[in-house]
Amino acid sequence: MEYEPVIGLEVHAQLLTDAKIFCSCSTRFGAEPNSHTCPICMGMPGVLPVLNRKVVEYTMKMALATHCRINGACNFARKNYFYPDLPKGYQISQYADPLSEHGYVEIEINGGKKRIGITRIHMEEDAGKLLHDEHNPLSYVDLNRTGVPLIEIVSEPDMRSAEEAAAYLRRLHEILVYLEICDGNMEEGSFRCDANVSLRPKGEETFGTRAELKNMNSFRNVQRALEYEIKRQQYILEGGQVVVQETRLWDDSQGVTHSMRGKEEAHDYRYFPDPDLVPIMIGDTWIEEVGKSLPELPLEKRERLIIEYEISPYDAGVLTSSRALADYFEEVARLSGKPKIAGNWVMGDVLRFLNEDKRDIKNCPILPGSLAEMILLIEGGAISGKMAKEIIEDMYKTGKEPREIIETKGLVQITDEEALKKAIEEVLAANPAQVEQYRGGREKLFGYFVGQVMKETKGKANPALVNELLKKMLAAS
Amino acid sequence: MDLNSLTIHELQEKIRAGEATATDIVRDVFTRIDAVEQDVHAYISLMKDDAFVEASRADADIRAGNLRPLTGIPVALKDILCTKGFRTTCGSHILHNFVPPYNATVVEKLKEAGAVFVGKTNMDEFAMGSSTETSYYGITRNPWDLERIPGGSSGGSAAAVAADECIASIGSDTGGSIRQPAALCGIVGMKPTYGRVSRFGLIAFASSLDQIGPFTKDVTDCAITMNVIAGYDSRESTSVPMDVPDYCKYLSRGIGGWTVGIPKEYFIEGIDPEIMASMKKAIGIIEGLGAKCIEISLPHTEYCLAVYYIIAPAEASSNLARYDGVKYGFRSQDGRELLEMYKKTRSAGFGPEVKRRIMIGTYALSSGYYDAYYKKASQVRALIKRDFEEAFKRCDAIMTPTTPTPAFKIGEKTDDPLQMYLSDIFTISTNLAGIPGISVPCGFTGDGLPMGVQFLTGHFEEGKLIQIASAYEKSASIEKSRPGL
Amino acid sequence: MKITKDEVEHVAHLARLDFTEEEKEKFTSQLNDILMYVDTLNRIDTSGVEPMSHAIALHNAFRDDCVGESLDSGLSLANAPDARGPFFRVPRVIES
Repeated sequence: MEYEPVIGLEVHAQLLTDAKIFCSCSTRFGAEPNSHTCPICMGMPGVLPVLNRKVVEYTMKMALATHCRINGACNFARKNYFYPDLPKGYQISQYADPLSEHGYVEIEINGGKKRIGITRIHMEEDAGKLLHDEHNPLSYVDLNRTGVPLIEIVSEPDMRSAEEAAAYLRRLHEILVYLEICDGNMEEGSFRCDANVSLRPKGEETFGTRAELKNMNSFRNVQRALEYEIKRQQYILEGGQVVVQETRLWDDSQGVTHSMRGKEEAHDYRYFPDPDLVPIMIGDTWIEEVGKSLPELPLEKRERLIIEYEISPYDAGVLTSSRALADYFEEVARLSGKPKIAGNWVMGDVLRFLNEDKRDIKNCPILPGSLAEMILLIEGGAISGKMAKEIIEDMYKTGKEPREIIETKGLVQITDEEALKKAIEEVLAANPAQVEQYRGGREKLFGYFVGQVMKETKGKANPALVNELLKKMLAAS
Repeated sequence: MDLNSLTIHELQEKIRAGEATATDIVRDVFTRIDAVEQDVHAYISLMKDDAFVEASRADADIRAGNLRPLTGIPVALKDILCTKGFRTTCGSHILHNFVPPYNATVVEKLKEAGAVFVGKTNMDEFAMGSSTETSYYGITRNPWDLERIPGGSSGGSAAAVAADECIASIGSDTGGSIRQPAALCGIVGMKPTYGRVSRFGLIAFASSLDQIGPFTKDVTDCAITMNVIAGYDSRESTSVPMDVPDYCKYLSRGIGGWTVGIPKEYFIEGIDPEIMASMKKAIGIIEGLGAKCIEISLPHTEYCLAVYYIIAPAEASSNLARYDGVKYGFRSQDGRELLEMYKKTRSAGFGPEVKRRIMIGTYALSSGYYDAYYKKASQVRALIKRDFEEAFKRCDAIMTPTTPTPAFKIGEKTDDPLQMYLSDIFTISTNLAGIPGISVPCGFTGDGLPMGVQFLTGHFEEGKLIQIASAYEKSASIEKSRPGL
Repeated sequence: MKITKDEVEHVAHLARLDFTEEEKEKFTSQLNDILMYVDTLNRIDTSGVEPMSHAIALHNAFRDDCVGESLDSGLSLANAPDARGPFFRVPRVIES
């Protein structure tokens, strides 16, 4: 019996607003516990929420970028439950009337494209953090994170493998980061993922019993957890047993999922419209405005770069790994008129320097214009490719323009034929034995002569010219 | 000097004439408190030291000719309003030691207007009640008859004004909690339109019904106080961005040519005959002022109580979930682990009426029951609002009794919650529809117990309420007797 | 619609309240009285009526994305029944 996995993902992304969703406390990560709190996000008696408009705009951006329909009117609802990291005893979220629904993203899988549906995207507030005492049965509550705005993105159960799920997750991640509405940091918790996974006989329409997976804190872990869970459920079904509907936690160190049965109870959240908040009406004008502010999205950008600059899909992939990197590459390509060469320099030396420094392209000391100039200098023959390797390192370390570095270091390439002939003459005169051997048939010695000429000219000779002249002069006797 | 027995406007005249200082006034208020408070128990906490300091400051302002709308006027605050740095209990054990780090917007506004705060008044726990018998801090007695309740939930605020233990006070009204005690204590009480006065800093009971309003000795004082507390607040999403008119301009305008609606559904079996008689008299007075009284119908009246007793507890059950012993207030020491701590804290921290309403509310919202209860009630609520909108097409104001009976005896209804709920029958519809209402004294029973008449107008027509209430008050000339404490 | 004692216990758990047996009996009967009273709403035809969640029709009440002052953490914790350093301290959930 062949089984196919059915996977749906629920992603929570923290939005990069300055202030929280319902109060003006800062959202910045890493502050002293309970220092970014106020009576409102702490749920003190008598306080009231007022919605941060930017949260709506950012959610609209994600909705538009994923082809969702934005509802003309939406509402907040209270999700009621008790937990120490939830100061009001309810979370303000959206239930019956979410901001947006029915969208999709395209993923690249097995050499082709597949659409993964998005059921809904809605706004809600984050809860605080609970830390557990190692020795005593106590917990510590930090409410800094309560009220940080989140969007929840719920996918349709359209994924059929752990690979597809990982591809979907990566696609969502890159869109969120491109839109600059989320920093996508899974380790810090600004991008979280829960999964629902079940198995059914291939060809069947009805869904099998599903398990909910939690505690996967990296892309790799999501994929590993799903792969494990699929195997686990397959084993159960093949053994004629029944899969239990439950929540399971991924255990990274052991590489397995553990049942939470017994700890979890079915929650009755008693959702109802929040009477302290009023409906949000979103008209066509606002949608248009937000639509105009959307940047070119990664998929579209890659396709355009491939066509416009004739670079390979692989290169396009690397160069669009961040919006800033793509912008940088395009600027260099445009200014130099040499996109392929620009791509090589950016993907090669530039990225290498940045990675070593753990620097972002936004803080690259080499300005696009400078790199473009360097490329043009190579094309024009003023410097050789080899010299450029030295120059570009200097450009990174000092931020100086290529011309300045060339002048300071006296690295101008020698292209004067007379000067080169002279250098070659001197080399040939100094190595009569090798000349005879070469003329006698040892053609491998050619490289030796090239090296000597380069040494003689302190590396400044134009290699192509050297080759040409050397051949001539060696041939003549 | 007995300055405490005067009204705001009378005191302002004396202040302007140099016949009284703010310190004189606050001194008389506290002398009166010393004399009668042990019998009335209107207050949970007194702010005596601060009051005298503020009165001094007010006197400096007065001497400098800097008179603000309430400079030097002693005002009491229902203990449901957050006062920065000063204990706010909401009448509950669970907040017995809560000191808010912020002021409610209304408190800020009163302060800016120069008011001097006397203290925090007693109330039914979390505003749930009609008699001020559920307060953790003891009962308040009706100054007119100490064996009777003052009404609720703002019983303390009403009693304080009636007993001249302050000049004016602030209460809150979710189902009648200002108007009903005003009627039972023989003073004026107004519930503004929903969204007219900021709820920021008002400890929430039922968010879509709660409003803050004034208790005053006459309608003029009500207009003066409303001018100060009404207005848009950006800290509340449900605050309405509308300008506040000068409500004093509506005093003495008269109601010649007005049509006043008398809803037939409000004149039912079980209304005390003396109240019925006083209503008939009131109708006569209104007609004597040149208005025409017509019978109108508010067809969904009989469902108001049922709608209220689903919606209010449902919202309350969610609003009170924050009282969990984690961040502030009382925490039971008996809880060894979290679930136990929650249950023991809330069970010991809340009184029986609060628990009853939390139970009803939780049930009404729970899985499987939401449609049948909460959603249904919300739909009927829309019909109730529509009844009023239709009615106001035919009349300028509506007139009803405020309560079905005068003040009942302490302990008389505590064992029968449903009976207790029925005392709100004439006031509840107002909160459901969001319209404003005012209760004005309309006489005394044979036993010397006060009775009130209620006027209602359309949304944001508080000016018209002041207009009809002041016209009625002047013409009715209800004797300005004081309770014989 | 009658509410049973079991349901009362379930609702009490949802609301994090504890009752004695006597209180449960009393509550069950009082709640039933109230619920029977509110059942009268079923007599009304509300088909096509939009549920009213707000008394006044407002929409789009927003704030700007500006950071304001937070409470000093001393004040945040000042009312805490049990604080340890900069944290609120609570008993742990006992896991089975």
